[in-house]
Amino acid sequence: MLTVATGNKAVAAAVKQACPSVVAAYPITPQTEIVEQIAEYVTSGELRSQYIPVESEHSAMAACIGASVTGARTFTATSSHGLHYMHEMVNWAAGARLPIVMANVNRALGPGWNIWAEHTDAFQERDTGWLQVYVGSVQEAYDATLMAFRIAEHESVLLPVMVNLDGFLLSHSMHPLETVEIGGFIPPLRLPHAIDTAHPMGYGTLTGPDQYFKLRWDIERSMRDSVGVIRETEDEFAKRFGRRYDAVEEYWCDDAEVVVVAMGTLGKEAEVAVDLLRKEGIPAGSMRIRWLRPFPRLDLSGRDVVVIDRDYSFGFGGVIARSLAATEGAKPFSVIAGLGGQEVTYDDIAGFVRSRRPGEEYWFGVMPDV
Amino acid sequence: MYEIRIHSRGGQGGVTAARLLALAAIRDGKYATACPFYGAERRGAPVVSYVRIDDRPIRVYSQIRHPDLVLVLDPSVMDVVDVLSGMKPGGRVLMNAGEPREMKGFPTFAVDLTGIALRENLVVAGSPILNTPVLGALAKMGIITMESAKMAIEEMFSDRRNVAAAEAAYRELVA
Repeated sequence: MLTVATGNKAVAAAVKQACPSVVAAYPITPQTEIVEQIAEYVTSGELRSQYIPVESEHSAMAACIGASVTGARTFTATSSHGLHYMHEMVNWAAGARLPIVMANVNRALGPGWNIWAEHTDAFQERDTGWLQVYVGSVQEAYDATLMAFRIAEHESVLLPVMVNLDGFLLSHSMHPLETVEIGGFIPPLRLPHAIDTAHPMGYGTLTGPDQYFKLRWDIERSMRDSVGVIRETEDEFAKRFGRRYDAVEEYWCDDAEVVVVAMGTLGKEAEVAVDLLRKEGIPAGSMRIRWLRPFPRLDLSGRDVVVIDRDYSFGFGGVIARSLAATEGAKPFSVIAGLGGQEVTYDDIAGFVRSRRPGEEYWFGVMPDV
Repeated sequence: MYEIRIHSRGGQGGVTAARLLALAAIRDGKYATACPFYGAERRGAPVVSYVRIDDRPIRVYSQIRHPDLVLVLDPSVMDVVDVLSGMKPGGRVLMNAGEPREMKGFPTFAVDLTGIALRENLVVAGSPILNTPVLGALAKMGIITMESAKMAIEEMFSDRRNVAAAEAAYRELVA
């Protein structure tokens, strides 16, 4: 059905269809309407889930972990400071190999206090063993949430998945949303290490130095295997529902001599900048990175690269610019823009491309002369 | 792409008006997005929301700087906000007022949404509802069809008085 919805409502609609057995959440700022809407679904009987209102985000993830070890499908949602309050349990969820799905509304970290979009919140969780996807539209927030359950629960993955959507720009903006009948798209969850009272065994107890590293390697092995599972899931989604996604969304890249790399809504706005530049005769293209973990390969060889990071690692640089320098040997023009919801238009992005200085870092709005 | 900026005060339903308008445009077979601009707003403070309508998927998320249409749900915000800021050449203004007033050469349309809401007894918590009748005025201006306006209202509100109010605004719009 075609309707209009905010990103928050779109995620909630997908969760309703995935029908998790347990949803745990802490309903206070910086929480979002996602869990509010899910609570309404549970109250009205549209969603038959156990809804656990807890006293903190740490407990929200702990409750999801407790439910998930029994083999139950689980979901929670959070944002910025809430995500960091659950940081210890975020690590635990991945280490315990629990296919929990969580939506995170990407917002700035205080102080200064701010509820607008920035990716640093989730980037700080990038080494926890969670898969992370970043969406560029309300429709994609819905689609990615549906796919997240299938990917997380796949026997070759069994890792948690975080669906990230830009605070305010997607969480509160209203876009067309086409919901689908999912049928058997998400098979029932079969957790091989689910606890069983008839055969009492646990996973993740004290593990000595002679074994621990094997568990870490096993996470990485599954992370590598997830690349194929993601591709297969996105293929199957396209086949069933007609919408196509890839690890990286390329726009006008075939003959591009300069490529803009961005994430989330900035990755969509970059496409409009590309249209503008093409009209001026500049052979530009754009690549919107969707999956941060597993980190994708990008075909950047022989091209100028402009990376827009809506994040920053202090004392190091823009996380995506530095990552592409490491993985692809790129020498990007590294633009730091959009922090805490800083307004970045397609005109601004076209400007970054026109006056690019490969190898340099540029803070939009702080440094003059672009 | 057709870009609309809505000026209202917190609590007047400007965000819902944006949502209704986007939904009506989608029912017309177009693409549309609606975006409230959140500041440190509170009830009664001037607020802005945006609607974009296009024949193709919309990929722009930044704020509207050059609107084709400015909708003023509460003319008193004009004392503190320049509602014509960045107006596109040929842009139009729609005001919640009995009579159109001169707006620096931009064609101005007026309809007494407050009066219509009071007449139809569309009042919630002491405030007249402006966001459903305004769809009728927007239909008369050709932004959406009246058929889709009614469809959008019926999808979001079960009270038939909302449709009656939109029909009244359609009839009573003055240029």
